[in-house]
Amino acid sequence: MIKTSGALTPRSHFYWITLVQSSAKPADWKTLLAQLWRIRLFEGHVQRLAAGGEVPGFPHLSTGQEAVAVGVCAHLTQNDVVFTGHRGHGHSLAKGCNLTATMAEILGRDTGLCRGRGGSMHLVDAGCGMLGATGVVAGNLPLAAGAAWAAQARQTGAISVVFFGDGATGAGVFHETLNLAGLWKLPLLLVCENNGYAEFTSRAEHSDVAKVSAFAAPYSIPSATIDGNDLIAVHQSAASAIEHVRRGDGPYLLECMTVRLAGHYVGDQQQYRSKEELAEALKKCPIERLKSYLLSQGVTDDELMAIADQIKQEVQRDVDAARAAAAPDPASFAEGVYASPLLAAGC
Amino acid sequence: MAQTFIEILRRALDEEMARDAAVYLLGEDVAEGGAFGVTKGLAAKHGATRVKNTPISEAAITGMATGAALCGLKPILEIMFIDFATLALDCLVNQAAKYRYMSGGQLAVPMVVRTQSGAAGGAAAQHSQSLESWFIHVPGLVVVAPSSPMEAYGLLKSAIRLGDPVLFIEHKRLYAMKEDFVDSAELPTIGKARVAREGSDVTIIAYSAMVRTALEAAETLAGRGISAEVIDLRTLLPLDMATISASVSKTHRAIVAHEAVMSGGVGAEIAARIADELFDELDAPVKRVGCPFVPIPFAPELEKALLPNALSIVQAAQELVR
Ligand SMILES: Cc1ncc(C[n+]2csc(CCOP(=O)(O)OP(=O)(O)O)c2C)c(N)n1
Ligand SMILES: [Mg+2]
Repeated sequence: MIKTSGALTPRSHFYWITLVQSSAKPADWKTLLAQLWRIRLFEGHVQRLAAGGEVPGFPHLSTGQEAVAVGVCAHLTQNDVVFTGHRGHGHSLAKGCNLTATMAEILGRDTGLCRGRGGSMHLVDAGCGMLGATGVVAGNLPLAAGAAWAAQARQTGAISVVFFGDGATGAGVFHETLNLAGLWKLPLLLVCENNGYAEFTSRAEHSDVAKVSAFAAPYSIPSATIDGNDLIAVHQSAASAIEHVRRGDGPYLLECMTVRLAGHYVGDQQQYRSKEELAEALKKCPIERLKSYLLSQGVTDDELMAIADQIKQEVQRDVDAARAAAAPDPASFAEGVYASPLLAAGC
Repeated sequence: MAQTFIEILRRALDEEMARDAAVYLLGEDVAEGGAFGVTKGLAAKHGATRVKNTPISEAAITGMATGAALCGLKPILEIMFIDFATLALDCLVNQAAKYRYMSGGQLAVPMVVRTQSGAAGGAAAQHSQSLESWFIHVPGLVVVAPSSPMEAYGLLKSAIRLGDPVLFIEHKRLYAMKEDFVDSAELPTIGKARVAREGSDVTIIAYSAMVRTALEAAETLAGRGISAEVIDLRTLLPLDMATISASVSKTHRAIVAHEAVMSGGVGAEIAARIADELFDELDAPVKRVGCPFVPIPFAPELEKALLPNALSIVQAAQELVR
């Protein structure tokens, strides 16, 4: 039994269960903490660079929601594939995308993951199984189901994971996908990051269905609603969800309750959220929570500082490398629309 | 022995499934043969896992076909009527068409979406449309519209092997058309048009069922001393401007004939390109033959009155060659 200190009161039923069941040790949690930090720092750079006009478009940060990406992706192999949406920097890094190439893509550089053709909302790194982000809310759900179908048909043993927001549940294609995934018993993990908002509109104004996980049962899909800001809870729940999916028992819907600590996109003034609400949200920071836990387990402040420093330096170095990269050659804009040059020439 | 369009399509699907284990079929009723019987018997032959019935979820099944295409399958999706492609537009336009480009060439979508279009037999306004021009506006898609059973055979096989997302539009009036099956090792190149009849006075550019109508018109015109060349476009995206250009440079007159409404149609695009590229070659303005700007009506008398026919093309040609 793991003792909790005064600073670390169990926040949920799940919290206790996960601590008790988890076989992970503080050393493993430290690795995952480093990943949380990496994403947080990376997106801090995105925010600063965007404010300075260096980032084209309108990036969406996952600040505050990092534990979902890290806790789920920790269980994935390189063969497993991930699909995400507009808020996908964290998922991409957690799945193993190279940090420099990811930042270079967000900056629209030729060395970016997609040669500057995709950007923040369309990150793809096929080599590590990051099969894509989409800017169309819910558009990624059937793609991920299709990838799961391919894995099932080809018997590769891979699973497909899709990250989406609570807002996506309003789309018809969400329900179509659940129906098909349940019916075909697809190896698909559906991870909803329920941050209570779709852009500027609260969940209460979007739906009377209180829990996203409630959508799963009619389609015979098992589900759980967990504290998505508790890395240990996410890690543990994802482990059993993925075990279910990998076993061939069909899809699983994991609803992770979380908070977005930044605006909807960089520059969002968040007038729809009160100061009190934002202050409350800050208390749920997954990084602070994991740190408190580790400190309670005898990890020292110095150790954590050392990890933070190292990550900080690495991220800074990689971001600098991305910023130093060249923009794509303007003359190359027409490259890569079709495989066949004949087609490209005829359009 | 002569076979129908449907039988020859089935043969192409059957052969491609036998040739490539990555080819899978999915769509509403496809394991039962589909609404028009094209896929009949393929589930029994190639296994239920490769020929999958789906729920009526056009958006999701198009997305699934796309996602599967990213992961090693070569799905052939059937959208029963092109009218229902409206429900699949997000995936076709925003996802499938752009994956290769947006991923910087890392991923591709080798998928064929077979669908069926056109007016016949009182199918009325929601089961009769010719919506192809929506899709030729989207970089990354390929749009194929075969004009006969043997054309469909070769083009479908080429489409399956292409490696980019293809919308393959079959015309319901062609389904009963019969042709002798001719074995040929050579498959048509996607993106290349074909001259269906040679002529010297006027070029009639057509595709899908309208090629047959144009050939009929050319025959009538021949009797009236006008020699018409008929181009079967085969693919609408990309457009084979080289073949069009060679023909119009010879005849100096062009008609584009299609069943779709003229506004914003394929004919408008071709007329604009001819004006851009071949203005000096023209002896007369480019003419379009198409449906008036009206939904397809139900009553047979109304449907017939609306649809362009051989006479519409003959009249257009006679106006040009005076
Ligand atoms: C189909 C579609 N409609 C609208 C938008 C504009 N939009 C971008 S993000 C967003 C809110 C999405 O909310 P949610 O799914 O909860 O994700 P979150 O932003 O909270 O992470 C909206 C409406 C879009 N991108 N796609
Ligand atoms: Mg949300």
